[in-house]
Amino acid sequence: MKKYLPVMLLAGTVIIIQLLTLITGKGFLLTQLTMSTWYVIAALGLCMVMGYAGQISLGQAGFFAIGGYTTAVLSTIDFSARTGTSVFSFFDSLGLLLTRQTIYGDTVIYLSPWAALIAAILIAGLTAWGLGVPVLKLRGHYLGMATMGFGIIVNRIVVGTKIFGEADGISNVPPFKMFPGFEISGKVGFRVGNYYFAWLVVIIALILLINLINSRAGRALKALHGSEDAADAMGVNTARCKTAVFIIGAVLAAVAGFFMTHYNGGIGPSESSVIKSVRYVSIVAVGGMANIWGTLIMGMLLNFLSLRGVFGHFDDAVFGIILVLMMMFMPDGFIRKEVFYSIKTLFRGKK
Amino acid sequence: MTPLMRIENLNKHFGGLHAVNSVSFDVQKGTIKAIIGPNGAGKTTIFNMIAGYFQPSSGEVHFNGKLITGMKPFMTAQQGLLRTFQNLKVCKNLTVIDNILLGYHTRAKAGFISGMLSTKRSRREEREALEAVLPLLEWLGIMDKKDTFVGNLSFGEQRSVELARALAPNPAMLLLDEPAAGLNMHETEGLARNISELKKQGRTILLVEHDMGLVMDISDEIVVLDFGVKIAEGRPSEIQNNEDVIRIYLGGDDA
Repeated sequence: MKKYLPVMLLAGTVIIIQLLTLITGKGFLLTQLTMSTWYVIAALGLCMVMGYAGQISLGQAGFFAIGGYTTAVLSTIDFSARTGTSVFSFFDSLGLLLTRQTIYGDTVIYLSPWAALIAAILIAGLTAWGLGVPVLKLRGHYLGMATMGFGIIVNRIVVGTKIFGEADGISNVPPFKMFPGFEISGKVGFRVGNYYFAWLVVIIALILLINLINSRAGRALKALHGSEDAADAMGVNTARCKTAVFIIGAVLAAVAGFFMTHYNGGIGPSESSVIKSVRYVSIVAVGGMANIWGTLIMGMLLNFLSLRGVFGHFDDAVFGIILVLMMMFMPDGFIRKEVFYSIKTLFRGKK
Repeated sequence: MTPLMRIENLNKHFGGLHAVNSVSFDVQKGTIKAIIGPNGAGKTTIFNMIAGYFQPSSGEVHFNGKLITGMKPFMTAQQGLLRTFQNLKVCKNLTVIDNILLGYHTRAKAGFISGMLSTKRSRREEREALEAVLPLLEWLGIMDKKDTFVGNLSFGEQRSVELARALAPNPAMLLLDEPAAGLNMHETEGLARNISELKKQGRTILLVEHDMGLVMDISDEIVVLDFGVKIAEGRPSEIQNNEDVIRIYLGGDDA
């Protein structure tokens, strides 16, 4: 169980941070921490695609938006005007229709977010598959351009389509009542619960990804990064491998987008913008590329600072500058194994 | 005895250049066959057609009773045809052991899902892979470098890693593309010893090589190419005395 030790340490840290905010009376910080956590999940997905498999993707925000907008659209349809239709009776028979009161006291019948979650995963996965099969034949910056094109397409569709709320986004997304006594929402009463739930999802994702990295498929992914020809010559179906990791990255982003949308009660087109994709790329880069822990730490740190408004007007610029500086001076990332080794030897003394 | 590999009338045109011209030969199981010839004779082109990197313009390659022309490189590897590269293709971001385990890829089945869930099968296969691979590291004398990143090894050691990687899945046949290129004399001797060891184990090897001493020492049979045409085939002693071969290597009256 040695490989899960860092995960346990992480769980401990998460609890300590929550207790610290409790003691110091700064529980409001948990809101930004929770949001950062959801962003980190999308970054972890990109870390697999870009860091481990070496496939540059500038469309991660597009998948995040697919997850968010899927639930934003599906859970805001009012079914009360559609009673008696076949669609209504189909969802009703599955027990997927819920009721809630709007702030004006009207009763609204809406689709269960559970259905939207499944839809979000399926749509993101299928989109990643459909996009990945042709696009992942490209290499290097050509792949970057193609995925960026995808991100721009998603952004323009969102901004230009009425059901996606155009430039205003969708803002009346209901809370996700996952089970009695707990819901994904921004209400103060659920702040601590949401914080822990977000970390629970991160920890599950981390365990799955750590397992993957240490498996046969994970080795094939890393080999793809090291030498695609070598992987090919050793019998790795490189096209399928790339598509698979692209789908994993997309689904993680969509799940993150889904929960973030319920947590915030809405989503806007800025979540799908190219600059958001650049943020994910710079987080993965500064985290050391093929390093999920680096991505986790830097993703938490940078997103938290950004959400707290520390970077002010220069928010996007900071991420851009980080990316430029990383590429110029530390193309292997800031948090690298070598750095840990040198710190280790520093404490042990020279051999 | 039916040969392990049968190459029939292989042709390759690059525009107006007829790089490989109706070449046919067999490789018998348990033998070492070398393809030699001057630069530009079409040796590597044949190699690339066998391993699936180029599509032949015409002709067929049969391996283990199967037609493998038209297969992609990863598919020929799945058929048990493993290769090394002239200009080393190792994964520098992986350790020695991971590079060699990569060679075991075709022997295991666990995919992405069972990898993520770390299923019993996935873990069992990893153990089996390690058991299969560790003797190779021992044999090639790179056991102490097991957890070193391949980029930190010497060129000769990287060649050993590539050889071990190709041997990892216990392949039906090895394709060695200039295995001695870039090695010093001492390392070449080691390579010759390793290849004759492989021959004793009954392995089948097809190689392209420039080092004549090495080729004459280790091969059972030699195919000589010149301008894409097979001009001779036979045992090393026959090739050494073949007039056509002497002419293309040393230059004849018309040269």
